[in-house]
Amino acid sequence: MTESLILRTATRLLLSLMLLFSIFILLRGHNEPGGGFIGGLIAASAFALHSIAFGPAAARQLMVIDPKALAAAGVLCAVAAGLPAALFGDAFMRAQWLHWGEGEATFHVGTPLLFDIGVFLVVIGAVLTIVLALEEEDV
Amino acid sequence: MSWFLIAPILVPMTTAALAVLLWNQRPAQRAVSACGAGLHLITTILLMVQVWRGGILAGQMGDWPAPFGITLVADHLSAVMVLITGVMGFGVCLYSLSDMNENRENNGFHPLYHVLLTGVTGAFITGDLFNLYVWFEVMLIASFALLALGSEKEQLDGAIKYAAINLVSTVMFLIAIGTLYGLTGTLNMADLALRLPHVEQRGLVTTIAVLFMIAFGIKSAVFPLFFWLPASYHTPAVAVSAIFAGLLTKVGVYALVRTFTLIFTSDVAYTHGALLVVAGLTMVTGVLGAAAQNEIRRILSFHIISQIGYMIMGLALYTPLGLIGAVFYLVHHIIVKTNLFLVAGIIRRLTGSMELKRIGGLYKASPLLVVLFLIPALSLSGIPPLSGFWAKLVLIRASLEIGSYAIAATAVLVGALTLFSMTKIWGEAFWKPHPEGPARTLGIGDLTATERALLIGPIMVFAALTIAIGLWAQPFLDLATRASGELLERTPYIDAVMGVRP
Amino acid sequence: MAFTVGAMAAGSVYLLLSHNLVRVLFGLILLSNAANFVIFSAGGMVEGAPPLIAKGARDLAGVHANPLPQALILTAIVISFGLLAFALVLVYRTYQELGTIDSDRMRLAEPPYDDQDIPEPENPHRIHVRDAARRVGNRVDNRMSANGSDPA
Repeated sequence: MTESLILRTATRLLLSLMLLFSIFILLRGHNEPGGGFIGGLIAASAFALHSIAFGPAAARQLMVIDPKALAAAGVLCAVAAGLPAALFGDAFMRAQWLHWGEGEATFHVGTPLLFDIGVFLVVIGAVLTIVLALEEEDV
Repeated sequence: MSWFLIAPILVPMTTAALAVLLWNQRPAQRAVSACGAGLHLITTILLMVQVWRGGILAGQMGDWPAPFGITLVADHLSAVMVLITGVMGFGVCLYSLSDMNENRENNGFHPLYHVLLTGVTGAFITGDLFNLYVWFEVMLIASFALLALGSEKEQLDGAIKYAAINLVSTVMFLIAIGTLYGLTGTLNMADLALRLPHVEQRGLVTTIAVLFMIAFGIKSAVFPLFFWLPASYHTPAVAVSAIFAGLLTKVGVYALVRTFTLIFTSDVAYTHGALLVVAGLTMVTGVLGAAAQNEIRRILSFHIISQIGYMIMGLALYTPLGLIGAVFYLVHHIIVKTNLFLVAGIIRRLTGSMELKRIGGLYKASPLLVVLFLIPALSLSGIPPLSGFWAKLVLIRASLEIGSYAIAATAVLVGALTLFSMTKIWGEAFWKPHPEGPARTLGIGDLTATERALLIGPIMVFAALTIAIGLWAQPFLDLATRASGELLERTPYIDAVMGVRP
Repeated sequence: MAFTVGAMAAGSVYLLLSHNLVRVLFGLILLSNAANFVIFSAGGMVEGAPPLIAKGARDLAGVHANPLPQALILTAIVISFGLLAFALVLVYRTYQELGTIDSDRMRLAEPPYDDQDIPEPENPHRIHVRDAARRVGNRVDNRMSANGSDPA
């Protein structure tokens, strides 16, 4: 942990920006470059930056949920994304969509989004588990 | 249809995730783990029944048609391997409930165990080479962590060697996949089987075949590539080494059988000839290595290697009878080997060590354990009427049929040497009195009732299975015959995969 | 491309054969990246043409690299990232527990036999360093005692 004023001030600014950007990337993912994996990496690096500036304990406190639990929840999300297909007699992981509205303004929500959120959580959880574990070793 | 295929993968995956969520609640975690393993067993039985009744089952994930999407396929070989994974997974899980210490459970034994089961099951069911790679990695990372779990010095030492060699094998596998894709433009195994005969660069195909042989050979610990196994398998907790001994190397063997019957059959004289030599050397070095050891689990580790030789021998003969033998041997070996490791765990519990010099007196102290040890031990060395006898008999007949007398003689000799090291364990651990006086050896009666149920129960069931396969060998031989028929015939498998259109 | 992969593979083999576990780890990283390049070249290479279908079009126009191997590489990178991160932690833990990263000195899991002749594994350079340190230390001691004796 470095006691750098510049890093700490910058982190406060960057953290929220990076988290917001990661969610933007996550939601953008289905039809354009982006997605859960890259979004998860951005979010994970936001927390990793925080832990470098303020120490791993502060980062854990900020995250509220243990990164391991986050990864597990992500796996469950991803599995859950495959299951609705059973209701319609399709194969596992066949995408199921809901549509609201008409024409250009149609809003699509579907299982691929749930899957992407699952990936997002798994990536954050897994990366931070490793990063925080390594950082805590040093103290 | 495809739900039967995906269920055995989803159940342990979900169980692992739930177990992580219950990270610090030990009783709940144990309950989830046991239930998950039970459910996994049920799904594997359902899959086996489906395949037995309806033949090869294939499913396309996400309804993407065959060569593009990920295919899951279960023929009789896959189904029986998955079934045996379910049985072993459940049994060893129960055993681990009593065997694991608190430190290891708190550090995530249960989640890792189920991740391992996910990887093994996935590797058996998948019909896509790259997907196979992914399952291998899932399995590998879980096995690294399980091996190092507890962080004892010996474990870390073993885990380093295990990790280094297996990572190299992984990279080999990846390079082979890349080259194969460059050559054919597909990684679906059935599609590969169709396209590979039309590839013009025959030399390159054989090269790739050998790359795969090396990659899977490291995983399954065959002759020149086995050194990681005896360096690491005796170090972790008993339940962990039991499931490793039963399943991990066998996934490598399964991958060899699958690729060298379905895909690489163009240059049988060369590839399978090489495999035959490797098989013979594997058998001999394994059993000789075992003869030099003095610790129960290290002896058993070397025996894994020599037994792998038998399975590879069945594949290398590449006749219907040879493959029947290989399939039969796979199933028999998984049960017997896991069981022997579990028995070794009990021996340590009762006498305080696994070093043969420092234990003894078990014959007097616990007659039940004598029976439970003798059944898998004699089966391992191929004494009739136990399961190992039929497995060896079929293999030796297969080799005599095509006139490979050398390998048949090797197989018989290695069987005898196996008996020798089993008698060594017998003499040291059971006959001889304990060096520190008879009071140092506990009997089974000294365990608590729960311990007895959880530790002895799985061993008894596995022993019963061994006897059942020995006495009623016919249904199992039927199963192996069907499996080998499918492996040699190839077209039903290819049709099942490529014919399925949404 | 082929030469690059060859050079990487050769370098990684050199590193893998080292006693030093950290070097072995670097060798593995290099080797897995070499494998990624193999897959990459299997997909073919075309300059400046991402395989994206233009808006409104049904197919790719012109010659493009096959995108599937690149997806495979992405998967492989993720997996090897996980495995290597774990291996790094493992090496680090081993260093903490055993106090060495010399693979020849790790004989705990497979203890040598009593009559087995094991070459002295101590790194010769380290002996020199220690000897040098001892020599320097002696000299300092001498001087200090000399200084101490001066006023007396």
